[in-house]
Amino acid sequence: MTALLDVRDLRTQFKTEDGFVKAVDGVNFSVESGQTIGIVGESGCGKSVTCLTIMGLNESRNTESSGQVLFNGEEILGASRSHLRSLRGSEIAMIFQDPMTSLNPVHTVGRQLVETVLLHNDISKSTARERAVEALKEVGIPRADQRVDDYPHQFSGGMRQRAMIAMAMINDPKLLIADEPTTALDVTTQAQILALMKKLQEDHGTAIVMITHDLGVVAETADEVVVMYAAKVVERGTVDSIFNAPQHPYTWGLLGSLPRLDADIDRLAQIPGQPPSLLNPPPGCRFNPRCPYVMEVCRQKVPELRGVSHEPGHLQACFLDEETKSREAARLFAATMAGSASN
Amino acid sequence: MFRYLVRRLLWAIVLFLAVTIVTYVIFFLVPANPARLAAGQAATPERIALVEERLGLNEPIYEQYWGFLRRLIFDGSLGESFVDRSSVNDEIFRAAPITASLVFGAMLLVLCISIPIGILSALRPRSLLDRVAMSYVLLGISLPSFWIALVLSYIFGYKLGVTPIAGYCEVISVPQASNCGGFGDWAYHMVLPWAALAIVQAGIYVRFVRAEVMDTMTQDFVRTARAKGAPERRVMKDHILRNALLPVITILGMDIGLSLGGAIFIETVFGLNGLGGTAIRSIGQFDLPVLQGVVIFGAVAIIIFTLIVDLLYAWVDPRIRLT
Repeated sequence: MTALLDVRDLRTQFKTEDGFVKAVDGVNFSVESGQTIGIVGESGCGKSVTCLTIMGLNESRNTESSGQVLFNGEEILGASRSHLRSLRGSEIAMIFQDPMTSLNPVHTVGRQLVETVLLHNDISKSTARERAVEALKEVGIPRADQRVDDYPHQFSGGMRQRAMIAMAMINDPKLLIADEPTTALDVTTQAQILALMKKLQEDHGTAIVMITHDLGVVAETADEVVVMYAAKVVERGTVDSIFNAPQHPYTWGLLGSLPRLDADIDRLAQIPGQPPSLLNPPPGCRFNPRCPYVMEVCRQKVPELRGVSHEPGHLQACFLDEETKSREAARLFAATMAGSASN
Repeated sequence: MFRYLVRRLLWAIVLFLAVTIVTYVIFFLVPANPARLAAGQAATPERIALVEERLGLNEPIYEQYWGFLRRLIFDGSLGESFVDRSSVNDEIFRAAPITASLVFGAMLLVLCISIPIGILSALRPRSLLDRVAMSYVLLGISLPSFWIALVLSYIFGYKLGVTPIAGYCEVISVPQASNCGGFGDWAYHMVLPWAALAIVQAGIYVRFVRAEVMDTMTQDFVRTARAKGAPERRVMKDHILRNALLPVITILGMDIGLSLGGAIFIETVFGLNGLGGTAIRSIGQFDLPVLQGVVIFGAVAIIIFTLIVDLLYAWVDPRIRLT
């Protein structure tokens, strides 16, 4: 069976006055129908650019992309504008980080939903409007038949994100790309939005690519996790394997810096330093300047993504020997468990 | 909405009083005697005193101002000219259509020039077209309007002879003696004045439209529209322009109001006897009632057009509540 979305060796670079910025550098992952994949990493690691590249939404003037993006087995990277347009909003939909600014302030919510329907379906306006009301009902907007004529500023942040989700799901897409959908929302609203997305996924069988820097969101929603650092994938695997037996020091850092209610600590652990400039990344492993386990080889050779023994489907890109890794992973796991146990 | 309009109306009255009082005060601060000017060079002191009394100039300022207000409110009259006792209302009604023809035509032209160029410039920043457009903006802002007017008049009116050099033709009430009239002649005579005013004004507008469109293009909702699969043309029309042109409306309304007070330079070059000419003449002759008439007309025009802009704004942008 072919994957719904298969991204192979995807590279995207932006031309700037100082040279080429490699925002995505050889990224591989695939998504099956109905599955959720989480892409995690710090700000500026290339998560969003990866998804914009898949959608063909990068500014074409200064962007170059190479590699393959197979959607339903069909190459869509570099496909014609009109073909991409016909996919966007109908087969592949996207929701964005900031619901406050993602809706057009001068059109009613209903009009924006109707526009999405009419762009891809040859139906009457009134039918499209009925569908818009249905979609708003489905995402839990109360009195949807009246609220449909409201303007975005009359909606709260959570409701706007619901409206965005309704707009994304209205044409029943096979793939939903969610770019930090809960980052701008407060915590209770976050949980509601995630639950809503999960429910819609079950009802519609939609695959979701969830971009986030929040490992909590990943743990809650994703089946598979892709960890990105400085435009490259450093670790990939099922959500269980990433959380139970993380293999890459960067992933350890991410997991270690998670705030916990149950751990009695004064300071959060943090990864020292800043992510490198993508204009001029460090040689060898890109994490080496910040890595506490750095070895000589890390500064010279670029680690490839390799399989982890005894764990099929779990890939990592680090030179550390397996013994050290399992020891460190176990220590991290024990620390988190100790935190839970002390409760 | 109703309360908003009432408040705006009250404001307009306050503004109106302020403007007229200021004009009166300035007028009487100037050390010159309108009666002397009106009476003529060879007038005897007795005669000047007589004229002074006729014009009411020997009364205290507040009496004169009150008389002016009373006439305006109860008779709807702006008074009579000091110089030839003709009705100021008639003078304004004669001059205003000329200035209005100039201003509205030119502003329409400004929009026709600046919106397409502004959009194209914003779509391809630093392209050849953008550079040419930006050079034009610089010229438009720096060159004085009367210079452009003279150059256009020289080239098209005198050298090439394709347009009239100066003059105005009535559209509706054509005088018997006049040898031109009607819409065609009117437009034919207005082409150069329109062009002269528009070329200068459009520069600023191109810059403005370009900046607004570029700013709006990077908004999240534009990306949302693309992610829905909307074609570029639709993204521009429905999502970018609708938002980008909002601030342009504001400036346009203010500019129209402002220019209706008299586009003095352009009117002078093209021999259009509009409000600008009337204002200059009345200042030279210390003809207070006529000057006051022009000032009031300008103030009312600005008040009306800012109100129109505000109402339009609220209609286009649902986030704005008029309260």
